[in-house]
Amino acid sequence: MEKILLRNIDVPEFHRLATYESAGGYRSWRRVVETMKPAELIEEVKASGLRGRGGAGFPTGMKWSFVPKDSPKPKYLVCNADESEPGTFKDRLLLERDPHAVLEGTLIAAYAIQSHTAFIYIRGELAFAATRLENAVAETYQAGLIGKNIFGSGYDLDVIVHRGAGAYICGEETALLSSLEGSRGWPKLKPPFPATHGLFGCPTVVNNVETLAALPWILQRGASAYAALGTEKSKGTKLFSVSGHIAKPGVYELEMGYPFKKFLEEDCGGVPNGKKLKGVIPGGASMPVLRPEEIEKVNLDYESVQAAGSLLGSGGVIVMDETTCMVQAAWNLARFFAHESCGQCSPCREGCHWMEKIFHRIEHGEGETADLDLILNISSNIMGNTICPFGDAAAMPAAAFIKKFRDEFEAHIAEKRCTVRRELE
Amino acid sequence: MALEFSPETLRRFAETVARYPKKEAAILPVLYLAQQEFGHLGPETIEYVARLMEQSPAQVQGVVSFYTMFNTKPIGRHHIQVCRTLSCALGGAEQISAFIKRKLGIDIGQTTADGRFTLSEVECLASCGTAPMMQINDDYYENLDEAKTEKILDALK
Repeated sequence: MEKILLRNIDVPEFHRLATYESAGGYRSWRRVVETMKPAELIEEVKASGLRGRGGAGFPTGMKWSFVPKDSPKPKYLVCNADESEPGTFKDRLLLERDPHAVLEGTLIAAYAIQSHTAFIYIRGELAFAATRLENAVAETYQAGLIGKNIFGSGYDLDVIVHRGAGAYICGEETALLSSLEGSRGWPKLKPPFPATHGLFGCPTVVNNVETLAALPWILQRGASAYAALGTEKSKGTKLFSVSGHIAKPGVYELEMGYPFKKFLEEDCGGVPNGKKLKGVIPGGASMPVLRPEEIEKVNLDYESVQAAGSLLGSGGVIVMDETTCMVQAAWNLARFFAHESCGQCSPCREGCHWMEKIFHRIEHGEGETADLDLILNISSNIMGNTICPFGDAAAMPAAAFIKKFRDEFEAHIAEKRCTVRRELE
Repeated sequence: MALEFSPETLRRFAETVARYPKKEAAILPVLYLAQQEFGHLGPETIEYVARLMEQSPAQVQGVVSFYTMFNTKPIGRHHIQVCRTLSCALGGAEQISAFIKRKLGIDIGQTTADGRFTLSEVECLASCGTAPMMQINDDYYENLDEAKTEKILDALK
């Protein structure tokens, strides 16, 4: 398969403008500004079938089209580079090794909604990537690719790299906007959606790094070339971050619809040390874990993973072999969500901590039989009862671990110790 | 004498604020400037930033306490942050943490007596494919084992 997002990832010095331009970089940007009307650009991206790669999979062109064209307010484009979903490290790779592709995509998206100020909100911990991005922005200003009257078109665009300060929730788009407005990163109720009431109450589009990085290729090769890849509803390629008990961890680019089992066994070299697969999270820590038999016929596209009872999410694949204690894994993630809940909605603020405590006591041999149903009850009371999707993201994996590995949880409770470790000893 | 930015930092402050459509949007970069200049964000620094930003100290404190990267207390020269989330845990993060605790003689959240190291455990740092890993100040250290961790710490003065 021809790579789109990772095609230049191993080229030395590719983070520099000169190298990026020598490989055809910013030609799409020039063509867009010089020859395309925003409406044409939106139609082209709609036709490509590109969907948001941050996790939700919403069609990108459609998201842009919700921005009111006649609004007297300024419009903002925000690149969401706040990659924080456990198991996901694809955006960091793009930001560090191909920052100009992310930037070119950001410019194209800004033009589509006729924004004159674009922000790249980058996770605070990613200092190296932020420096690369800041240098990339400085280089494009110097080369006249951004700023005032770009290519003599009369179109102005400024880009600001904004560093976050450590808060998982700021990856959620309305929380990100609150943070960018200078407040605590608290999510906001939708509707109204950011497309009409976003940053400072102005029309705003927030797109993920990987989504934006695909745009230069799509504009260069045409929507139909992109749409020719993938499945009927999941077009193009997608990045998968693979970690955990796997022979060859890393970031892979796959055509949408690639068989999951084949990917793990052949491309990633399978579970190492002759161990058996016990479970796999397909789309980042927020998504329900799957048992080995559940991935037999699954393909890596939005629809197929959903039909198997999980979600493709960010494409963060976490592999767990037979030595993994699922109680400990569930507790680990429950602790993550308890730590990261922003504290705004009661079901999530209280529920995440309750679930963490209960998983903790089961793991430490102090659980009771009723605890499992108690967690399921808390989980279902969080689901759908919070302002943002974080509540669901915390509730879904907790319930999935119990439902799919209930015997292991029950054995932990009955024997008051870790049964997986006992068998290993 | 009241706490104040150096002339150079004041210049950077003005430049930073000017880039944003609204002054309050610059709070994170301004807090970073303050943390860089004063080492941590104590009550006096928060009051100073509040005055500069034309906000109440409570507003600024609310922002500071929301994020993990702002230190409200002094920390060591090298802030070790070991990732503890699932992929790193599967890769042996707990052993790395335990090794550092033993080596430095401190617990999570503590600073060595000489002010050289502070040890924290943190959530996922987007480096799961090279687990286990830690961040020290701005730098990532990946694919850790005890020997490699020891070498890294020994090299930091």
